[in-house]
Amino acid sequence: MNMVRLSWKYLVAKPMNTGLNILLLALGLAIITVLILIQDQFENQMSRDAKGVDLVVGAKGSPLQLILSSVYHIDFPTGNIDLKEAKGVSRNRLVKKTIPLSLGDNYGGYRIVGTNHDYLDLYEVSFASGGAWEKPFEVVLGSAVAEKLNLKVGDTFMGSHGIGSSSHEHDHHDYRVTGVLAPSGKVVDKLILTSLESVWFTHGKEGEHDHDKMENAVAKRGFPETEEDRQITTLLIQYRSPMAAVQLPRFINSRSSLQAASPTFEISRLFELLGVGIKLIKGLAFVIIFIAGLGIFIALYNSLKERRYDLAVMRTIGASKGQLFVHIVLEGIILTSLGAIVGILMGHLFLSFLVMGQEQGALSNISAWIFLKAEVWILVYAITVGVFASLIPALGAYKTDIAKQLTK
Amino acid sequence: MILARDISFSYKETEQIHIPDIELGEHDELLVIGKSGSGKTTLLNILGGLLKPQQGTVKINQTDIYQLKGAKLDKFRGANIGMVFQKPHILAPLTVEENLALAQFFSGKAKQSSIDKILHDLGISKKKQSKVNALSEGEAQRVSIARALVNNPKVILADEPTASLDDENAETVVKMLKEQAHNMGAALIIVTHDQRVKEHVANQIIMGGQL
Repeated sequence: MNMVRLSWKYLVAKPMNTGLNILLLALGLAIITVLILIQDQFENQMSRDAKGVDLVVGAKGSPLQLILSSVYHIDFPTGNIDLKEAKGVSRNRLVKKTIPLSLGDNYGGYRIVGTNHDYLDLYEVSFASGGAWEKPFEVVLGSAVAEKLNLKVGDTFMGSHGIGSSSHEHDHHDYRVTGVLAPSGKVVDKLILTSLESVWFTHGKEGEHDHDKMENAVAKRGFPETEEDRQITTLLIQYRSPMAAVQLPRFINSRSSLQAASPTFEISRLFELLGVGIKLIKGLAFVIIFIAGLGIFIALYNSLKERRYDLAVMRTIGASKGQLFVHIVLEGIILTSLGAIVGILMGHLFLSFLVMGQEQGALSNISAWIFLKAEVWILVYAITVGVFASLIPALGAYKTDIAKQLTK
Repeated sequence: MILARDISFSYKETEQIHIPDIELGEHDELLVIGKSGSGKTTLLNILGGLLKPQQGTVKINQTDIYQLKGAKLDKFRGANIGMVFQKPHILAPLTVEENLALAQFFSGKAKQSSIDKILHDLGISKKKQSKVNALSEGEAQRVSIARALVNNPKVILADEPTASLDDENAETVVKMLKEQAHNMGAALIIVTHDQRVKEHVANQIIMGGQL
């Protein structure tokens, strides 16, 4: 027999009461757990995917949409820009490096992104099999794409027009898989990557289908050499110096047809918008936790009345006042610790339901069974609630007058 | 074993409770008889270290118990004084065995063999894993005796131990108390107004005048 066992015995003697208190507290803590998990992973994901991209240049429209569409590949693009204009921007002395992207097609709901090998370097990809594209219509698949669509190196498929699924198929040329990327946890997992030329030739006029072009190697760095009027969707830019952050967006935005947006700025704006909702849910969670704490307090306080005799008996068999105090506080702590553990597990379970069936959306890269250091703080927080809820009842136990109690 | 001298106690200043001097050695027995309200339980609480008298000393095994402070007195009580009450007061969430183990835990005298022995001696071995609501009144009182005795106390204090028992159980309980006190060489003090106990203990004092 020891103090923890003694307190535990008294708790299981009232299973309904104990269970209800644990459940209520667990519910509050589960909500907090879900919020912490989503926030942490979402923010990590967001900053990982935007790493190395200082500025995005695209067609005029909503700057947030531009960022979501061309960095995170969630939203639809704002439109296309002229290749010549894009080249003009890339020659600016404040620009260190540019990566062109051309969107427009999909296969099985996964976006086909026309770009160059710089994009692969940006996300520091490694290949699970095969290698990068060399010629038009050669593609590299993100790990999730290859897995879901069951494609491997050497397979061919026909892209469809549009960003989402359910659009008509292009009927001129097959894409051929030359490489599959290893899982990285970044946005490239969900993309089909190819050359700019592939996208251009798909959307080109009928006459362009001459075979020489198809056999020419594509541009692996920078822009392809072309005399024709071509378009791209966006341009990812890395600054040469911090000074660029001040001058370049203003310079680009003042041009009529182009828009520049900073991922960091737009994402913090997005979080600000979401923040109101998150605060509301958090507030609700804290109210639930407070009620749970109150419930534990009332349960302990009431049980104290029934237990004064038990406490007096404990004193006659050698328990000190301090031990009775510890006995009651331990009950509170055991209750809330269990509540925390159940709550944390419930939170992860909730999140796994939430993420289930989300393969391409914004939550697709969140995994429910990652445990964070912050969850230890949930446990500490819960234990604090337990201590506070049991403090007054424990003091009552401490002060129990044995002689008076026994002669009653 | 136990010595109480010059004790005076009053709940209110006007009503002084007269407490007789007591001195008992090993194997000694004492029956304190008195009407309700005569201060019997007060005497027992004072002897058991539960109620500090205004004056006088209580010595158990040469230790002046009211010189012990706080937790030390509690530990001393747990280890050296076994108390039995009118009602058994078995802790309901615990089994019979756990009730006894708790007494050992609080007094710091953990020993499984003494639990088994005392349960066997009192004829309730079979009830070891039972909760209090599965016990008859007589069995419950025997469990409370077992809990009082599991630490081999020097003094056994019993407050109306037979009051809520039928004749048969009352006799068994008194016999067991006497037998166990004798076996462990403890002094036994029974406080009662129960006439059935009188014939079992020769050494008697009366509190609060004649019955």
